[in-house]
Parts: sequence; C-alpha cells; structure tokens
Amino acid sequence: MGGLVQESSPTTEGEVISNYTINFGPQHPAAHGVLRMVMELDGEIIERIDPHVGLLHRGTEKLIEYKTYLQALPYFDRLDYCSPLCQEHSYVLAIEKLLNLEVPIRAQYLRVLFAELTRISNHMLNIGSHVMDVGAMTPNLWVFELREDCMNFFERASGARMHSAWFRPGGVHQDVPLKLLTDIGDWVDTRLPELFGDAMSLVMDNRIFKQRNVDIAVVSKEDALRWGFSGPLIRAAGIPWDLRKSQPYDVYDRMDFEIPVGTNSDCYDRFMVRVKEVYESAKIIKQCLAEMPEGPIASDDGKVSPPRRGEMKQSMEALIHHFKLYTEGFHVPAGEVYVATESPKGEFGVYLVSDGSNKPYRCKIRPTAFSHLQAMDFMSKGHMLPDATAILGAIDVVFGECDR
Amino acid sequence: MTVVHSAPRFASNEGVKAALATALGDMLVEAHEEHGEILLTVKRERIEDALRLLRDEHQYQQLMEIAGVDYPQRAERFEVVYMLLSVTKNHRVMLKVTASEKTPVPTVTTLWPNAGWLEREVFDLYGVLFEGNTDLRRILTDYGFEGHPFRKDFPLTGYIELRYSEEEKRVVYEPVDLPQDLRRFDFMSPWEGANYVLPGDEKAETPPVDEVKTTDKKSETGAGEKTNDKAAEKVAPAERSSGTVAGQGDANPAPVDTGEDEPDAPEPTENRPNRKPRKETARDTSGATEPDENGED
Repeated sequence: MGGLVQESSPTTEGEVISNYTINFGPQHPAAHGVLRMVMELDGEIIERIDPHVGLLHRGTEKLIEYKTYLQALPYFDRLDYCSPLCQEHSYVLAIEKLLNLEVPIRAQYLRVLFAELTRISNHMLNIGSHVMDVGAMTPNLWVFELREDCMNFFERASGARMHSAWFRPGGVHQDVPLKLLTDIGDWVDTRLPELFGDAMSLVMDNRIFKQRNVDIAVVSKEDALRWGFSGPLIRAAGIPWDLRKSQPYDVYDRMDFEIPVGTNSDCYDRFMVRVKEVYESAKIIKQCLAEMPEGPIASDDGKVSPPRRGEMKQSMEALIHHFKLYTEGFHVPAGEVYVATESPKGEFGVYLVSDGSNKPYRCKIRPTAFSHLQAMDFMSKGHMLPDATAILGAIDVVFGECDR
Repeated sequence: MTVVHSAPRFASNEGVKAALATALGDMLVEAHEEHGEILLTVKRERIEDALRLLRDEHQYQQLMEIAGVDYPQRAERFEVVYMLLSVTKNHRVMLKVTASEKTPVPTVTTLWPNAGWLEREVFDLYGVLFEGNTDLRRILTDYGFEGHPFRKDFPLTGYIELRYSEEEKRVVYEPVDLPQDLRRFDFMSPWEGANYVLPGDEKAETPPVDEVKTTDKKSETGAGEKTNDKAAEKVAPAERSSGTVAGQGDANPAPVDTGEDEPDAPEPTENRPNRKPRKETARDTSGATEPDENGED
C-alpha cells in the first residue's frame, strides 16, 4: 500500500514493437469460403497480405480431360456455384466456336434470359454478404428471398436449383413452359424492384455503410488494367468495359442496356455498380421476354444435339444418334479457342484445346477471382484490418471458381 | 467458312495477323489463324520482348490468362499460352512459347503484376520454370505436394490420399488405395483406329505362321458344290404356322424329329445323396437378433 504507481506507456522505454502476423481464415465467415490470408499487421494497419488459395482445388481441369464434352459440362456449375449458368455459357460457346455450330434464335434468347437471371441471383448473394460483412443484417435476409425466387425459376426450367446443366452445345436442354416466362415477367415487374429497392434503401445512403466503404481500396484505371481486372471491378474504376456490349455473344447485340460505371473506384463504387447492374439485368430480361420468338431450342444437327424423346421412338436414325451421343459423345474438330463471357464476377474464360477426339485435350478455365484476389495485397496495404472484409466482399470471390 | 456460331464477336481479325507478324519480326516462329483466333508462336527467350511490344505499341493492355498445355510426345513438351486483350481495339490475341522441364521461360511479372500468380499456377501444375519470377511457390496444390498433377503422365487418381483418422485424431496421408479399379470408358470405335489394345487382347500376340490364311480366292472360302448341297438339305418339314416374328422366321417352328428320346426330368432333390456338412467356420448368427441376457441393448 503506497502512493500511486507511475504507469509507463508501452511505446516508451526503448521497447521495440515488431509487426505481428495473423491468419485470416481459412475458416472465417468473411473469407467467403476457404481463403487463408497471412496478414502482417502493424497494430491494426495492414502491412502485407499473402493470400493462400487452392484449399478447394479439385482438379476440375484434369477431370474434364477424362470426360466427353457433354459429361464435362456439369463441372462448370460447380465452379462458381453462385452463378452456374454463366459458367456453362462460356463453355458451350467455346464448343460451338470450334464446331462453328448455329444455335436457334429462341435458344439464344433463353440463354441470355437465364444468364441475366443468374447475374441477379449472384449479385443478390454478393450484395447481401458484402453488406453483412460490414455489419448490416437485414438487407441480406431480404435479398436472399430474391435469390430463392431465382432458384425456383431455375428449378422450373431445368429441374435443379443450382447445378442446372441446362445450357448445352447447340442450345438449351429443354424448352420452358409459357407460365414460367410470364411468372418471370411478373417477378421482374413487381417483386424484384420492390424488395430490392427496399433493401437497398437501407444501405445505399447509410452512414455506417459509407464509412466502411467509401475511399477503401481505391484503384486507378491504369492499375485496374495492369492487374487484369474485369467485370464490376474494372467498371467501378471508370472503364466502361463489358463483354456483353463490346464482344456480344448470343443475342446481347439486340439488347438495349447501359453499363454502369464508377467514378471513385472504391469499394462503395463496386457495390453500386452491382446494384445498378441488377436493374440493367432486369431490363434485359424484359426485352428477352418481349422479343423471344417461338421455335426450336436446340440445334437440328443430329451429330451434336440429341433428338427429342418422341422422335427417338419413331426414327431409327434418331435412336442411333441418341445412342452415339450418350456413349461416345460428339467429336470436335482439332484446334484451340479462348472464349470469354461476362460472368457476374468478371471475365470468365475457357481455353479449349481439341485434338479432334470426343474429349477435350485441355480445358483451361480462366477464373475471375484469380486476378482480383492477387491484387488484394496492393489494395489493402495501409488500410485497417476490418477494411479487409469490405475489400474482400467488394471483390466478390467464390472459391469453387478460384481454386477450380 | 461463314461464321454461324454465336460466340463472342470481337473486332475483325482482318490483316491483324500479318501486321503483328511484321511487328514481331525475328521473334516470331509461326503465325496461325484458325477458328477466328490468332495464335502467334514466338521464341521462348524473346517472350518478354514480344509481349512488351504488343502491350506498348499495339494496345494489348491486359494479360487475361496464362495457360499451360502438355504434349508429352514433343521434344519440348510444354506450351505456355498468353491471352492478351485490348480494351481499346476490342481484340484478343494469343501468344505461345514452348518449353521443357529444364528450359525456363522468362517471366512477364515485369510487365503485368498479375502474371505472378498465373505463372505460379503453370509452375505448380506443369513444372514449367519461370526465370525471374521471385515468388515461384506452389499455389493450387496442397502444402508439401510433390509432382505436377496436370501433366499427362500424372495419373488422375494421384499418388496420395488423405482422410481423417479417428484413432490419431488428425488427417493422415496415405498412398492411394482404390477399392475399385479406375475405369476409363472409351467409346471410340475400334474400326476408326483406336490406338490401344482392346480389353481381352492383351495376351493375343499374333503367332508366327508359315502361310497366312486368307480368303482371297474362291477356292479358299470353303464354298463350293458340296457346301451348297449340304445347305439345300431340308432339315425340318415346312408346316405353315400361325405367323412370323420379325427377324426370327416362323412364330411356331415345326418340331424336328431327331430320333432320340427326350431327356427325362431331373430327379427330385430329396433323392440326392447327402452332401457333406458345411464347414464349421461359418459364423452362427442365430443369436444376433436375440436381446442381450442382461436386458441391455
């Protein structure tokens, strides 16, 4: 018992404080999957980030080399499991490019329609989880309802909620009932703008949300190009680059839509670009529904797309085609193509090498997340530790696709 | 060939191949255009210069992807393919170099920072070395992984499998043990030149024969007067039946009298001699469904 004890500050007395290193993940709810980031911190300031990916590596590309072209298709649903149909889109277009195969116009409309539904469903997940990563709970629950609606539409078209395997070389697997199209139309007109608008009204001008996102991870135009950015990240940097517009595939050239562009290139801009894209996707969906003609939904080339069930019961040739397609599969002319489409997360590319047989010789998948995640280190440098979750949320990374 | 597919349509390839080939000059090995894609093969040592030229002078601002491909039958077995994108010209082009396990490819991390991970991936999966890449660690495979799994001679199943061991309370690594053979279904028709040994033909080495049996001449076919006579013999009296079955002839073919008695029905089982009792090793399971003596279960 005595007088006061002189408190000494930890920063004085010649004490040297060294940086310390922590593991962010691989089991962290804000890591959006299995991402391990080795972070070197100075206090709460991030000095260096070394992302370790590959914890979900399943060797998809190797497996594809052992499957026929059609058997390999479902692997693409399982890459980025938040936007399955958009991945299939790249793959079927790559095959069609090698085969130079014409796709009926209705099938092209159906593909664009469902690719845009997928985009909405993907953005619902990303927007919701980004918002939740920085502290808000309610909007996530609301936009997940919209995501659930999209899943129901996929189920009604293909029979599967997530892993549809519905895009096929030459078209789509099955036609959709008229009621599904009218239901999608009603949903886009009423439920989507109402619920989404409500949810976003809670976030967009929210003070806390802005404090967590504005001016975080600013990337210049030059850096965005150098780091191979694509999708919402390059658009947030102010470059109006959208493959649907600049390199249109299927019937995107008939669609009238805008490319939202950011001004500040921070996490808030990336978020807002996605929010605007949802409305643009809704516009495309409406145009598809209005313009879609009647007609066949798959190529009439019996060597590539299987015959209808009824036809198979009547025609010997159709039966032979069916048997050959589901055992040997179709042969693709030798050659190599790189086909990239605008997936919700950015440029999703497929580099397909064919040796003329019924199996791909090599199928390299260009994941969107690889380049973006690599820039994590330079984007986070000098920011605070909690900013890392906002940056990660705005990148929109899914490890099924990043690790393949 | 008219383009009828609906894959992404970027700016026209018209004249681009020639222009780039001229610009690359002696760096170029081969220029190729097929399926609407321009493929330029360049010398391995010059890849960095070639890419810098395309980036700075020809507006290919973005490196989207680096892909490795393995062709084991070639002397330099690997191909490294660089996909470039020009956002101003709206055009894509692919550059290629060849490499072997021992010949490193110059790094392009000096040109694009995102080449780092892309090169790491090609190194990890194929074992191609990149000279000048200061951070050439593995990226997709497990910590401590050995080998380069995307090579064509690396088996699909790998060599090591891992599982959680309840005894050791940790994940253990073990050599792969397949309870069932890995089956490869190959539906390539053997008549179209499947270049492998058909199942069952492994031991069938062609025996050395003095004279190869052929049926080139009519006398060698076995056909002739005697055969024709034999074929003309009537084996069954034609008796019109109720109808025909497609591809099988008469629905009720007439019975043929062979002159032999029909075999009797087999003897009843009871009359068989007693079999030897089964071995005692079989487990007696009669009590398995009975409750335990002390009432617990």
